[in-house]
Amino acid sequence: MDITLTINGKSYSQDVEPRLLLIHFVRDVAGLTGTHMGCETSLCGACTVELNGKAIKSCTMFAVQAKGADIVTVEGLASDGKLDPMQEAFWNEHGLQCGFCTPGMIMASKQILDRNPAPTEDEIRHGLEGNVCRCTGYQHIVNAVKAAAAGAGK
Amino acid sequence: MATTTVKTETFVGKRIRRREDPRLITGTATYVEDVQMPGMHYAVILRSPHAAARIRSIDTKQAVAAPGVVCVFTGKDIKGVGAVPCGIAMPDLRVPPHTILATDRVYFVGHPIAVVVARDRYLARDAADLIEVDYQVLPAVADPEKALAKVVKQRIVSQRLVPMAMETRGVVAEWHGADRQLNLYTSTQIPHLVRTLVAGMLGLEENRMRVIAPEVGGGFGSKLNVYAEEALTGYVSMKIQKPVKWIESRRENFTCTIHGRGHVDFYEIAAKRDGTILGIKLKLIQDVGAYHQLLTPLIPQLSVLMMPGLYNTQNIRADIVGVFTNCVPTDAYRGAGRPEATHGIERMVDMLAAELQMDPAEIRLKNFVTKDKFPYPTATGLVYDSGDYATPLKKALDLVGYHKLRQEQADARKQSKYMGIGISTYGEICAIGPSPATPAGGWESATVKIEPSGKVTIMTGACPHGQGEETTFAQIAADELGVGLDDILVLRGDTAVVQYGIGTFGSRATAVGGSALYYALQDLKAKIKKFGAMLLESEDVTLTGGKVICNKTGNSKSLQEIAGATYRALKLPPNTEPGLMATRFWEPPNFTFPFGAHIVVTDIDGETGQIKIRRYVAVDDCGNILNPLIVDGQVHGGVAQGLGQALWEQAVYDDNGQLITGELMDYAVPRSHMMPWIESHHTCTPSPVNPLGVKGVGEAGTIGCSPAVVNSVVDALSPLGVRHIDMPLTPEKIWKLLATKN
Ligand code: FES
Ligand code: FES
Repeated sequence: MDITLTINGKSYSQDVEPRLLLIHFVRDVAGLTGTHMGCETSLCGACTVELNGKAIKSCTMFAVQAKGADIVTVEGLASDGKLDPMQEAFWNEHGLQCGFCTPGMIMASKQILDRNPAPTEDEIRHGLEGNVCRCTGYQHIVNAVKAAAAGAGK
Repeated sequence: MATTTVKTETFVGKRIRRREDPRLITGTATYVEDVQMPGMHYAVILRSPHAAARIRSIDTKQAVAAPGVVCVFTGKDIKGVGAVPCGIAMPDLRVPPHTILATDRVYFVGHPIAVVVARDRYLARDAADLIEVDYQVLPAVADPEKALAKVVKQRIVSQRLVPMAMETRGVVAEWHGADRQLNLYTSTQIPHLVRTLVAGMLGLEENRMRVIAPEVGGGFGSKLNVYAEEALTGYVSMKIQKPVKWIESRRENFTCTIHGRGHVDFYEIAAKRDGTILGIKLKLIQDVGAYHQLLTPLIPQLSVLMMPGLYNTQNIRADIVGVFTNCVPTDAYRGAGRPEATHGIERMVDMLAAELQMDPAEIRLKNFVTKDKFPYPTATGLVYDSGDYATPLKKALDLVGYHKLRQEQADARKQSKYMGIGISTYGEICAIGPSPATPAGGWESATVKIEPSGKVTIMTGACPHGQGEETTFAQIAADELGVGLDDILVLRGDTAVVQYGIGTFGSRATAVGGSALYYALQDLKAKIKKFGAMLLESEDVTLTGGKVICNKTGNSKSLQEIAGATYRALKLPPNTEPGLMATRFWEPPNFTFPFGAHIVVTDIDGETGQIKIRRYVAVDDCGNILNPLIVDGQVHGGVAQGLGQALWEQAVYDDNGQLITGELMDYAVPRSHMMPWIESHHTCTPSPVNPLGVKGVGEAGTIGCSPAVVNSVVDALSPLGVRHIDMPLTPEKIWKLLATKN
């Protein structure tokens, strides 16, 4: 099937098998390997991308279902060498160790602030329920989201 | 010209954000799965659905004929490849031969049987489904105790856990036939050891193999191993003369990557009526799994070594019984033997306190090895380097407000509320370790090159992967040389770039690898001073702030000028070679022994059995701290894995050896909303065994955590006569306990 998707502002057209997962389109067709596969069963959030403004798990969607969609991946966040404030916050607060969960974690964290610019710790923790990090114990990630929220509020 | 401005900023000890992060937060880091090569093929492994079976036949005809398939290999084809190695030698240790593909028998669910190679990962999976295996299913043993006679004593279980690094394992192999050169990208903690051992398995000269551990997405011990798939992927690439990629699925990660723990322990503790501990006795049943992986037999020995804990007793007895089961092998998982030991000892000390009606803090304070006894030789043959065990406990008691909490608890009990206060005071063996005490050499290596431009490149053999040494090592070097962090690059994880090294595990990278770096820097500093003295035509010089300064004239030469002069070599100091590079292989004289106290306050819902952690106070002593931000991160992550064991995680096999908890759906790793706020504090008792005074902190959180949690919950339920509960403390387990006791 011929499909066209926009990823990080760039359009990609490809004849794909109907069973091709969106994550494989992003990684293999578009060559954007920042989006990671952690479980393939929508349980870890490593594959989180933004699709038409909503954070979704790209391992549980077929590329053909995303036909015509506008997708943002972690690679699309920084512009002109300037980091997105959420990326900056993860860096400042040590919100990552091995970094494997991080792209998905940052995409999910951005969604939390999109919906609620001043979340409580509890709201942050629940907002990240779908994203597993095995390294950090989440505390520095919570700090990062808080810091990004505080920064945006200034 | 005289110059007096010198750089005075120092970096060690500061909360410096990590230098490895820019590539990780922008999605531009390269993990194994991100490695792409022209002509790359994909390997998928067919695995046994049975825990124990005889293979009558394997029919690969249809798979071979499937679209896109290049080849299929089974156990018959790989006869020439060596066995998966066990690195531990012990008298009477039975090591069953562990071929990389099964031949006539399978011993656990997930046992690899065949590998299918295709030009596309989807087609490889399709084809794997077309292989027909005729099995004769045999009875399986999944419970280690069922394989043994019955013993009745105080039984404490440290259940099997799944390490579950977020990045599964993966291998890309690239064979260059004309050069006889195999490049192997693998997600590992030990690239050099993988090179030595996999080259051996494949019959390849070690110097013809290059192992690259690119970005590694978490290991926790599960990648401190040599796996069948590393040799298998290399073998396939050599056969088909094409690059081959194998990426483990999450399901495979659960069933085929090593598990941790898997102890059933029978403890006895003896004490005087006043609470003085006289001795500890243990019978340890270790669930080995189907094979010995690299370090499997070592792990229960680490438990036994750690049995004295922080207590002053010279009477320790332990028997280890290793039991083969039809389950995936157990091996090192964060803490590796020390969490199991600490859990048992700290539970026993609490039980002893209850028996003697003593306060659990008091009984610990009474039995600690005191400050004046270090270095302290233990009954298990170790020598604790330095310690001050009462200080972190007292600090934790203060921070949590212990005495007030006990009063509050007394009031809560009057209202039939369940509130618990749990203490654990742990010790651990880190900076692994002196070579005579380790299977593969316990030293670590570092090379420091100062380039002609004065920029500094560090190559560490330790292969850190998320622990932040690209930052902490730069901090050490920046302070020693007086340069900025941006002048330094830390390289790791590639056997073609980095001199032989051991790897990152056992909280050793900074203590051992950082010390190797420290000594390499001292060598370089001496050489820099020699060249500086020559250029300044003075014997009286000081190296400071990135300059060599003549103490008489105040004239100086910058590191950059000196580096340039060492390579230009127009003139050399006497008996001195050109260039500015030093390599050290540092052998530690001893392990280090970090310690600490964790206190957990819990409230238990009498209706639902739900445990709420009200406070989590951790006071850890890991010696000197190079970067508090990174140390806190290590503690948090460690505690999360300890809490996972204490409350939620358990690898469950049914009687047929099927892993019931084989996906994230049924294996409960901690998620953000499940974690309490961790109040992380420190005391500082420097280690005398290395020049940095560091002890290691990677595993502390995991080791200190689980007994503090269980002690807290048992304390909460003690009015009901509860004395022990095995982990994980699921709400269902607590609810059932409440239902029977009330
Ligand atoms: S890979 Fe998509 S949720 Fe885990
Ligand atoms: S940083 Fe390693 S999984 Fe989150």
